[in-house]
Amino acid sequence: MEMNGFFFFVLLPYLALFSLLPASIYKYRVHGFRVSSLSSQLLENKLLFFGSRPFHWGIILLFFGHLIAFLIPASVLAWNEKPVRLYILEVAALSFGFMTLIGFLILVYRRLRVKRIRLVTSRMDVFVFLILAVQIVTGLYTALFFRWGSSWFATVLTPYLKSVFAFRPDVAAVTALPVMVKIHIASAFVLVGMIPYTRFMHFLVYPFVYFWRRYQIVIWNKRESA
Amino acid sequence: MNIKSQISIVFHLDKCIGCHTCSIACKNAWTDRKGAEYMWWNNVETKPGTGYPRRWEEQDLYRGGWEKDGSRVRLKGAGKIKGTGVIFQNPNLPALDNYYEPWTYRYEKLLDAPAGDDQPTAEPVSLITGDRITPKSGPNWDDDLGGSPIYARNDTNLSDLTETEKEALFQLERMVMFYLPRICNHCLNPACVAACPSGAIYKRGEDGIVLINQKKCRAWRLCVTACPYKKVYFNWNTGKSEKCILCYPRIETMQIPACMHSCVGRIRYLGVMLYDADRIREAASAEDRDIVGSQLDLFLDPNDPVVISQAKKSGIPDSTMEAARKSPVWKYVKEWGLALPLHPEFRTLPGLFYALPLLPAMATMENNFYSSTGSSLWNNVDDSRLPMKYLANLFSAGDTELVRNILKKMLAVRIHRRSVTVGDITEKEASRVLQDSGLSAGTADEIFRMTSLADYGDRFVIPPAHREEAVEAIENTFIRKENAGFGFREKPERGL
Repeated sequence: MEMNGFFFFVLLPYLALFSLLPASIYKYRVHGFRVSSLSSQLLENKLLFFGSRPFHWGIILLFFGHLIAFLIPASVLAWNEKPVRLYILEVAALSFGFMTLIGFLILVYRRLRVKRIRLVTSRMDVFVFLILAVQIVTGLYTALFFRWGSSWFATVLTPYLKSVFAFRPDVAAVTALPVMVKIHIASAFVLVGMIPYTRFMHFLVYPFVYFWRRYQIVIWNKRESA
Repeated sequence: MNIKSQISIVFHLDKCIGCHTCSIACKNAWTDRKGAEYMWWNNVETKPGTGYPRRWEEQDLYRGGWEKDGSRVRLKGAGKIKGTGVIFQNPNLPALDNYYEPWTYRYEKLLDAPAGDDQPTAEPVSLITGDRITPKSGPNWDDDLGGSPIYARNDTNLSDLTETEKEALFQLERMVMFYLPRICNHCLNPACVAACPSGAIYKRGEDGIVLINQKKCRAWRLCVTACPYKKVYFNWNTGKSEKCILCYPRIETMQIPACMHSCVGRIRYLGVMLYDADRIREAASAEDRDIVGSQLDLFLDPNDPVVISQAKKSGIPDSTMEAARKSPVWKYVKEWGLALPLHPEFRTLPGLFYALPLLPAMATMENNFYSSTGSSLWNNVDDSRLPMKYLANLFSAGDTELVRNILKKMLAVRIHRRSVTVGDITEKEASRVLQDSGLSAGTADEIFRMTSLADYGDRFVIPPAHREEAVEAIENTFIRKENAGFGFREKPERGL
């Protein structure tokens, strides 16, 4: 096993997980005040509409696409047996990718050009934008030039990721991938590891509980049951 | 019956002089911070006018409050499904430009400016960007009908008046206005609480004060949309929502809120109201024409033996019951029927009520003499310069009869007192007027005393909070403070 392969595809994922889990829990429990994204909608509303909506919907759908290929690779392969279905899947994924890219570019433009927004941009926000840029560019490059991602993800990457989660990392297949794909994978690990230290934290606190919560909340000072 | 106590408020609009002292007291106490500059937890609006933020009452625009859906209510622009749909960018959220860009002045320029031909000026600079700006709007930009062609004429409460009625309002000798001070209503059915996906906003069980836990707020901002009164504000610096906390640290130590303490016109009254929490849904989902009655029916008589025994079962302390019996809010709202909630049709069941303003009667010019005396006393109420319909759109979901009854009572009190103290109105006439409005001479005297002579202890009846039994013994009060809606000890930065 070459050194780089070990670092990027064995050490890095474990570092990411080791960084993500304890830090998120600590932050959630001790620094609740910092756990969210710093919304800037109050300061600028119009560009946000054109940027934030396509970006978020695009990236969320892509995330679930990756997740499905990881969880049920056999079903994805079965779906891809018929070329038409494969094209539908690939075209859909690619358009979500472009949706994300367009939204992202508008958000970058907004952050650079609108002074109010620039003022509420922190160092870690710059990092967030950089890593997202890497992810989006390498992801789109992969989708365009290494066909068909949905199929080879299920056969190459799913076994690798499963081996990582099973603590028996097998990097042989991954190290043979093109460099763009490698960057995409490695920087994804960095992204995951950085969640607790950046505004990415907001996707760990998506309010699922709201869906089964009662609308009204009453808290008593004395009856400390809640 | 599930009886709860609510710290409720009456603002007596007939006494408000629009001096904004309340707003300043509140600003100095709570919102004089970075990110909170544009927040006015207490503000005073001139009516007719579009208010703050501009056009906040127009729910087609901001989609706040509840709407009736069969036998229940649902949030108009937020909630479990709708809220999720707009979580990445909320089209119904007021942006800073719907409020105003807060500014200060470069006062140092007055001293530092180099010698020149012109007087040095303290130029306005944005409190957000630090750039020179030309302020084009502010929290009370339309004060005293300033810019009325843009502001007063666009008041949505005028929308169902006839063109002639509207035109009459803007003729110089017929112009009319009054002030509408606003704070958070600490509603019984708060839309902000229901809209918060994180569950950060809550109503306190003991006194009904609505607070935002700053540590649980995740900046989804749906509370700002959901509150139809636009009394939840988003702090752009900390990324948290903030709102009026009814000065609860003061209330808990038996002091009245800063806005009320500083009120020059002594228009503010605070006291406990008891209500049946089991009937909230029923009251909130009443038909439009019954909406005011159903809200006022929620409140229970603290002198009623059944209520007293039920309240004991619901865990209401005797001291709170004692305060409820002395509550000036109970007197204004239920006993005398002089106060109404603002925009009851938003269905949040506000805990803040307004005693209506008795506006000047329509005047006429006769032979170059200005005459404002009508032929009969009741004509004066109906010929009020401000159309009854306008007040009804604000305070009674369009029911002019409710407004007329209140104004008649207020006028009857004046006529009665004039008969007593000046004597140019006969007792017979005064008693006819009283009878017509449904008041006894004794009640009229009580109303008169509470309205014009009441001292501090009459206007503010705060129930003891019994906090010595509550948190201090078991919790760190600093953590409590952070969790309960204001103040923070750590920097709000995300990340490293």
